[in-house]
Formats: sequence, C-alpha cells, structure tokens
Amino acid sequence: MTLLGLLEREPSHGYDLKRDYDTFFSRGKPLPFGQVYSTLGRLARDGKIVIGEVEPGVGPERKRYVITERGATEVESWLTEPVEAEPNLQTVLFTKVVLALMLGRPAEEYLDIQRAAHLRRMKELTEIKRTSNLVDTMLADHGLFHLEADLHWIDTTVARLDALRAVVRG
Amino acid sequence: MKAIEARDVVLSFGETPALRGASVSVAPGEIVAIMGPSGSGKSTLLHCLAGILVPNAGEIHFDGRRIDTLSENQRSVLRRDHFGFVFQFGQLVPELTAEENVALPLLLGGIKRAAALAEARPWFERLGLAGLERRRSGELSGGQAQRVALARGLVARPGALFADEPTGALDSLTGEQVMDLLVSSARAQGTTVVLVTHEARVAAYADRQVIVRDGRVNALVHS
Repeated sequence: MTLLGLLEREPSHGYDLKRDYDTFFSRGKPLPFGQVYSTLGRLARDGKIVIGEVEPGVGPERKRYVITERGATEVESWLTEPVEAEPNLQTVLFTKVVLALMLGRPAEEYLDIQRAAHLRRMKELTEIKRTSNLVDTMLADHGLFHLEADLHWIDTTVARLDALRAVVRG
Repeated sequence: MKAIEARDVVLSFGETPALRGASVSVAPGEIVAIMGPSGSGKSTLLHCLAGILVPNAGEIHFDGRRIDTLSENQRSVLRRDHFGFVFQFGQLVPELTAEENVALPLLLGGIKRAAALAEARPWFERLGLAGLERRRSGELSGGQAQRVALARGLVARPGALFADEPTGALDSLTGEQVMDLLVSSARAQGTTVVLVTHEARVAAYADRQVIVRDGRVNALVHS
C-alpha cells in the first residue's frame, strides 16, 4: 500500500520509489529491489497501476509506473479507514501475567522487568526525538505513546494483582 | 562519587508513614527521575533530598556533607546557595517582571540588581523567551512561565536542581519543550537534576529512573 500511495504523488520509476520508501518508511531496513518490482508487478496485474512511458538509457530500459483510478480509490479508502484498535487482551504480556498468577510465580517481578524494558526503550526514543528530524520525531512519538499506554496498563495491573490472582486461581 | 544520597530515610506525617526506608543516590551531573503512583512518597523523597523536609530517621547527604542534621537556618542557606527548584505551577512572584523572577536567586544571594539582571537576561534568548523580559507572570502562557521558572532554577548555577512535576500543568508538546530545555541546560552547566514525575514520557528524558512504591525505592532502572 505504501508504494501505491507513493505513486499517487506522481508517476515514478522503481528506483525512485525505493529511494523514497527507504527515506521515509524503512526505518533502517531498506526495501530490497526484488520486493519493489514484485510488488509493482502484483499491483499492475491487479489493475492498480500501469506501465507508462519507457525511457531508453545506457542500462536496461526504465519503466515509469502510473497509478490507475482503481489504485487511487484503494489508496483513498486505506487512508480514510481507521486502523483496527486492538483490545490488547491477548497480548504476550497479559498471557504472562495470568499464567504467572496461575502458577504462583512472581507476576509483579515480571511486570517490573517489563516496565524497565519499556522505560529503556522510551529513553532511546526520547533521545532520537532530541537529535533527529521531524519525520523521525513523529515516529518516535508514536512508539512513545504506545509504550506509555502499556505502562499505564502495567501500573494498573500491579495495583490489581491480588484481585486478579483471586480470580485466576479460583 | 555521589552528589546526593538518601540512606534508609523514614518519614511519617502524624500516623501516616510516607517514607519507610527509602535509599537512593545520584551521581554528579546525573539526571534522575523519581516515578511512582500517587501517594507513593515520591514528592516527600524529593523534599527530603532538597533539605525542605527533615526525615524522622535515616540520612541525607549532599556533596559528601550530611544535611538532615543541619538547622533550619543552615538548610535555608544551603538551598539558596546550592539548589535550584522548579515546581508544577511555576510559582513565579506575580509582582515581579519575568527577568526579575529569573534574577531572584541571585538577588537573594546578595548580588546587586544590575549584575543580577545582566546575568538573568541571556536565559531569555537561550530558552526561547526573548522579548518577554518585562512581562509579569499573568501575561505569560503556562509554557512560557514554566521556562521562566526553569531559568530561575538554573540562573545561579546550582549544584542540584530539584523539579517536582515540572510539566504537570502543561500540554504534552509544551511539556516536552520544557523538558528538552531542562535537560540540555542542566547538561550544559553540569547540574545534577532530581525530577519527580508520574509521566513515563517525562521520566524518559532522565539518565535513570527510580520507582518509589509504598515509601520505598524498590526498583532501580538503569538505562
């Protein structure tokens, strides 16, 4: 969907798409060229893009990809539809807490360890924010707010461990 | 080497125990965040470390000197000469201009008015407050007032800055700007910072986080 969205800006070559993807979205994991072209092939097969003018060059011919009406409609509906808000009740952390309580293990210690790991990551993201550009800052913010929400959940769970223990152990 | 240290500090308010053997140490130039739920004792611990409250038992040290045995007057001088403070609501003196508020610790320390104001003014540029020097606190936004309070806390180049929920009254973006300035200014002049906050995103600006629960420091998080 990201490549399709990038194509909505303007018709582009595969190389340009990869460059822009890596700049804004890859977060240190560059998109392999093979994946770029296989995705473009799939989008063309599904009628979401077409191949426009072909430019001859020194190397292989360069194809310019153009988004179709169908592709643009898909981008539009993807953008306007909210991402599903996960209830988070089946997260690994929740499972760990409940299992720990069921097994008589120190759930609070596990949560303290998790809190420390979250705070460490939040510190890293905060440092990124203090030293990076706006794009990275916004991505770091997204991570920070999610980690903060997890921490609220951890704190509330710690406060309710006794009650929860009574429930899960019958 | 420790700049600030609390050893087994116990303090009760009447029958209500606030600290039940809290121990923590802060290295010179380190920025430490004290976290914990409401009523955990985190602000009480900060007030003990800053020589505002005297514990019933245990010891508080600053720069190798025991401070909990000092007299009220000696602690007052210690706070004036070595500590800076930032509180949740700025607590600027409303009758004074912003620059007079910043200069206040210097004026109280006996520095002449002109020299104190000259020392205070560069902070306005540094903290993005240029042009607001003559305003009174009522004419400043919450974020501006808190930055003035931050400048006041650091202007005398204190050995330690104590900040109690410094962003508690600010929206998250303004709060982050204040924290960014607090951290960069404190690091620039090597000031040790002890910060109390219940917000993890604020604590993440610190070098290290300490969790207070039920009056004890029971989880140290080394970052």
